[in-house]
Amino acid sequence: MSSTLPSSADDTPVFYETEPHHHPEGASTMLGFWIYLMSDCLIFACLFATFAVLGGSYAGGPGPRDLFELPLVALNTAMLLFSSITYGFAMLAMEKGKVAPTQAWLAITGLFGLAFLSIELYEFANLIHEGATPQRSAFLSSFFTLVGTHGLHVTFGLVWLVTLMAQVARHGLIAANKRRLMCLSLFWHFLDVIWIGVFTFVYLMGVLR
Amino acid sequence: MDSTGIAHFIFGRLTWESLPLHEPILVGTFLAVALGGLALLAAITRFGLWGYLWREWFTTVDHKRIGIMYMILGLIMLLRGFSDAIMMRAQQAMAFGGSQGYLPADHYDQIFTAHGVIMIFFVAMPLVTGLMNYVVPLQIGARDVSFPFLNNFSFWMTTAGAVLVMTSLFVGEFARTGWLAYPPLSGIAYSPDVGVDYYIWALQVAGVGTLLSGVNLIVTIVKMRAPGMSMMRMPIFTWTALCTNVLIVAAFPVLTAVLALLSLDRYAGTAFFTNDFGGNPMMYVNLIWIWGHPEVYILILPAFGIFSEVTSTFSGKRLFGYTSMVYATVVITILSYLVWLHHFFTMGSGASVNSFFGITTMVISIPTGAKMFNWLFTMYRGRIRFELPMMWTIAFMLTFVVGGMTGVLLAVPPADFVLHNSLFLIAHFHNVIIGGVLFGLFAGINYWFPKAFGFRLDPVWGKRSFWCWVVGFWFAFMPLYILGLMGVTRRMRVFDDPSLQIWFVIAAFGALLIAIGIACMLMQFYVSIRDSERLRDTTGDPWNGRTLEWATSSPPPDYNFAFTPIIHDGDAWADMKNRGYERPTGGYLPIHMPSNTGAGIILAGLSAATAFGLIWYMWWLAGLGFVGLVAVAIGHSFNYKRDFYIPAEDVERTESQRTALLAAQG
Repeated sequence: MSSTLPSSADDTPVFYETEPHHHPEGASTMLGFWIYLMSDCLIFACLFATFAVLGGSYAGGPGPRDLFELPLVALNTAMLLFSSITYGFAMLAMEKGKVAPTQAWLAITGLFGLAFLSIELYEFANLIHEGATPQRSAFLSSFFTLVGTHGLHVTFGLVWLVTLMAQVARHGLIAANKRRLMCLSLFWHFLDVIWIGVFTFVYLMGVLR
Repeated sequence: MDSTGIAHFIFGRLTWESLPLHEPILVGTFLAVALGGLALLAAITRFGLWGYLWREWFTTVDHKRIGIMYMILGLIMLLRGFSDAIMMRAQQAMAFGGSQGYLPADHYDQIFTAHGVIMIFFVAMPLVTGLMNYVVPLQIGARDVSFPFLNNFSFWMTTAGAVLVMTSLFVGEFARTGWLAYPPLSGIAYSPDVGVDYYIWALQVAGVGTLLSGVNLIVTIVKMRAPGMSMMRMPIFTWTALCTNVLIVAAFPVLTAVLALLSLDRYAGTAFFTNDFGGNPMMYVNLIWIWGHPEVYILILPAFGIFSEVTSTFSGKRLFGYTSMVYATVVITILSYLVWLHHFFTMGSGASVNSFFGITTMVISIPTGAKMFNWLFTMYRGRIRFELPMMWTIAFMLTFVVGGMTGVLLAVPPADFVLHNSLFLIAHFHNVIIGGVLFGLFAGINYWFPKAFGFRLDPVWGKRSFWCWVVGFWFAFMPLYILGLMGVTRRMRVFDDPSLQIWFVIAAFGALLIAIGIACMLMQFYVSIRDSERLRDTTGDPWNGRTLEWATSSPPPDYNFAFTPIIHDGDAWADMKNRGYERPTGGYLPIHMPSNTGAGIILAGLSAATAFGLIWYMWWLAGLGFVGLVAVAIGHSFNYKRDFYIPAEDVERTESQRTALLAAQG
């Protein structure tokens, strides 16, 4: 029996709340979104595992050392990491309730994201041009799928970012919009973390292989 | 572009030859379904029900109505899945002594695949999710789930998957690969037709629904419990629902990933699971079972929860060993991730790996056994009432123990080398899934039906159904154990050895009994609705229940509880009744509720259209569907007005009706 719960004068317990019971709107959203992100993380876990198993199956085709250009990947990584920092600045501005700086930082984040995607597409186009297509070997299938899935996530993140900018422009930094920006923030940093894994396990360790 | 080019652009792979006009069984089924469907649509139109259905059901965000719709989906799909079963039983009972039976190989292979897929994904899953959806918010004293719109969307995604599977019956064909579609057989080289694509996209679309519903229910249970309900005061069904949804969130992404890889192999020509270019089919087998084994626990854990609620209620006692029950559930949840390899001991993992997975598998029987003893001790010295839910529970205990023991037997790798892929295995998993999951669902349906509709299910037809099902189960599956021990493998269409036939005939007889059981169950629904006045329950608590769902009226009002309950003990409602709880009859307040929305059904419809386009290579349809999907999702996010208040007067009106009803019965 909990002693902290209300009971009436004659010690019979109170069995219901008479005050309005209010779950603040969206109180569970962050937890729900975080759980969703963890499920997304499992999809990446499967793709990493697939890469771990198939990453050495070149089928007589080119391997990581023949294909990867680390300076390009380093540049790419920098773009994504910068976009995470600028998203952080957007959130700081949001906390202060300043619409214009929030929007500006979001726009800069979007540009970095776009740069990341462009460099990735450039890299993919080069690989395919050299004959290192996803069909060439199991290694390349798993490489393109893992990196491409991350890229797809970034693409959706960008669509989401633009949508949120429109919504902030329309309604300002109301509670619902702040919550949505927080969710996208989680998503964006999550993609950053995944990319650290990609950079390390696929590119760096691939070249060492 | 000439006319065939245009037709090819519009219809992709779909031609007149794709329609199974040469299969009399399918044409007959199609005619029956089409006529029945038309009659239903005509009746809905005739009685002007479209507006009602759209406003009150299709767009609803009420967890109770969504739960009921899940149950209806599951029961309809049960009829389809069972038709497949009885066709297989008939084929195998006939196809002896040179007879080819009545099913061509091509059709038979689709039937056993569709049977497995439908029974797991579109019968067991919707029924389990439906019960969790209906019961969990009531048991924790909440007004709805955490994300009501997402709940509606999840339901329609599951339905969209079911619609795709049903479409494959009449447009094209279904996979001929077995229910897990192992490559390389399911690869494009050996399955160039649409069957595997139907399989992939139906499961992907339904999988989104399942995953989101899992997230939703976890957050609901974690965040929405009534004040005073600590984790260790939650009803056991809520505990099992929590563990099941954790499993869903942790397992379904793996299915999504592995099916995505298979579809890349089929659509883009990648080499994940191919025989050439370095592909590795074993990767698929591992990944699909990393999802597949937790999946069976996703199904059985809520059934365990139902049995716990039923045993406690109908023994008139608190559940024996509540704490050990919770720990057993959690241990099973964790162990279910450490056993997947026992599904392919024979596929070359070696003795050490096999030993590890054999032992972890056997270990699962310990927490399961603990549960069994808890139920027995709950019954011990209880005043047991043999109502239908309790009968199903006892039938479960007797049946499931056999299935559990054959499971431990199969967990021994050397024994598995003899018995794998045999009918012994088939008997084992039907023994646990029918004897465990399905019996549990039937117990749950009989138990909570009066809560959902305000009248009980007719016990006479219920008992007829019960006996036909239980006896039919034993007749249908015990012969398969024997055949399996004699070495008969699964998925066979014809047999040479005439001495085996008698066992297949007995099994077919069992299936026939089950068919009668299903008919009795439908009759039970019909009779109960017809005689609903006779079976009416005005108390809201027909079984003298112990948990919060019985504290409110039957059916509960939209807002579930006029005042949020405060919990002081486990078995909250029993505690309230024991300690002189008096129902409040005044001081009502406006209640904050979520608004209905059509976005869920529209998104699911667009998903189905996209999937259909992808299956038939109608790229324009897939593209349009996908763009529409994104556009509607973004458009929906611009709608900020998603809630409303039920005025206090409406609450007062509803509650005083209940006050009058309760007073009338004294």
